[in-house]
Amino acid sequence: MEHPLTKNIHPDRPPLNLPEYEQTGGYAAVRTAVKNMTPQEVQLRVKDSNLKGRGGAGFNTGMKWSFVPMGPDAPKTKYLIANADEMEPGTFKDRLLLEGNPHQLIEGMIVAAYAIQANISYIFLRWAYKKAAELIRKSIAEAYAKGYLGKNILGSGFCLDMYLHTGVGRYMCGEETALLNALEGKRATPRAKPPFPQISGLFGKPTIVNNVETFCCVPHIVNNGAEWFKSLSHSEDGGTKIYGVSGKVNRPGAWELPMGITMRELLEEYAGGMKNGFRLKGILPGGASTDFLTAQHLDIKMDFTSVAAAGSRLGTGTMIVMDDATCPVGFVHNLQHFFAQESCGWCTPCREGLPWVEKILLSLEKGQGREEDMQLLQMHTQLLGPGNTFCALAPGAMEPLQSALKYFRDDFEHHITEKGCPYNSIR
Amino acid sequence: MILSDTETKAIDHEIALVPYKKAAVIEALKIVQQHHGWVSDEAVEAIAGYLDMSPAAVDSVATFYNLIFRKPVGRHVILLCDSISCYVMGYTKLYEGLQQHLKIKFGETTPDGRFTLLPNACLGCCDHAPALIIDEELYKDVTAERLKEILATYK
Repeated sequence: MEHPLTKNIHPDRPPLNLPEYEQTGGYAAVRTAVKNMTPQEVQLRVKDSNLKGRGGAGFNTGMKWSFVPMGPDAPKTKYLIANADEMEPGTFKDRLLLEGNPHQLIEGMIVAAYAIQANISYIFLRWAYKKAAELIRKSIAEAYAKGYLGKNILGSGFCLDMYLHTGVGRYMCGEETALLNALEGKRATPRAKPPFPQISGLFGKPTIVNNVETFCCVPHIVNNGAEWFKSLSHSEDGGTKIYGVSGKVNRPGAWELPMGITMRELLEEYAGGMKNGFRLKGILPGGASTDFLTAQHLDIKMDFTSVAAAGSRLGTGTMIVMDDATCPVGFVHNLQHFFAQESCGWCTPCREGLPWVEKILLSLEKGQGREEDMQLLQMHTQLLGPGNTFCALAPGAMEPLQSALKYFRDDFEHHITEKGCPYNSIR
Repeated sequence: MILSDTETKAIDHEIALVPYKKAAVIEALKIVQQHHGWVSDEAVEAIAGYLDMSPAAVDSVATFYNLIFRKPVGRHVILLCDSISCYVMGYTKLYEGLQQHLKIKFGETTPDGRFTLLPNACLGCCDHAPALIIDEELYKDVTAERLKEILATYK
């Protein structure tokens, strides 16, 4: 089994510095791209590899790049941004890549910038990743010193500047257009699309925003080809994937595995199964804003298509395990508290609806739930669902709620009939 | 309040990187907070004046981001993760422990100005939950028993 993204990541050793990274074949993809390939050839190879965006949306990366205006009539300034604002609750995969091998991200970004002919790039890093910030600053400086960044990269005439931007909180910054507003010094509220950022993004210029893990795949695709990348996978989506598991399992963690490994393999083989005394009750397969799956789904493949077919989303691929001693109502209340707090307030259904949902769930937990609350919750899953809000935050928040109402309905009803949380005695 | 030379120099550096001045406002807020620990009304006005913005426009940005502090904080800020993986792994026990040791709740500062306690969304440390950050330091797999010893290292 190949582990291209993590083969040089060793938790007990500091990450590779630039010379060490070069010795393992690092920056060869920059050399190949800027010297031997046209930008369009790089775009095509990435498109053919069927690399799908690892931030959760799962859109073909090469295809996304192909919407950027190219050629002599294209704007002189174009931006490329790495979304390193990892804030989806239960998600810790980009941290592994950022702390483990920052040069891999930088290399992927240089190749991607060449493919769309961007001249300015940013790494938008969440404030909490302090160790990563230090490492990235050092690595960017090394890359400048060696001529991989700056003017006339490797004598090719291609120029690229790279900056690290550290955030000051707010989940919304992970939303592509809200991130652009944050970089422009504004409140991180989402923008209307169209225009899409590829045409009019940061400061009104063509802009590509990709997730950290997406960029980390790029050098390997350029070096080894689209077919090789596809062959790493157990499914139609190309490549490997950084999967993670958290909750009451024996070995919580993150691992790079072939795309399309089953949930069972992930949970039982890699995470070591449930902790003694706990049983599996539900799984959010890819972060807080994905629908619950249950034990009956363990044999589905963790790829974009298969998880969607089972009624959820692969999302970030880092699953959160809910055990049988954890109250599903309390669990979903915690999620809705997060979403209500992180709503940017830009559109009314999200700003007003999420706190309402949170309050209903809290009243259930306190034993003040009423029969009609079930209907109210159900109603919100539609009113805050896709198509009624400006961005995906509220629809994402409704995913765990609607599936909890489906799979754990008895638990919700017991809170109302028994006037309290039946799990309190266990916790 | 007048911005110090160090602060204006740092803000000028950020202005040079963006197409127009007000795009540097988040950086300016971060810089001022770095020097004063928080961002006062006077600081909001000073930044507004420096970037040709209205104080209200600066404040609308300052109050949007949860790590720009618009109230004074203690010498050390504790950010306790209250998101889902830490919830499953029992962050509420840590919160109880912190309340016991510090005699303060979320959003409060100890009377001696030593600690401010704040809840925070997912710290991206879910495989080592529960987790918390004090100033620059991340603590993983924290137990209520370990809290006393961790807190003792901050004066």
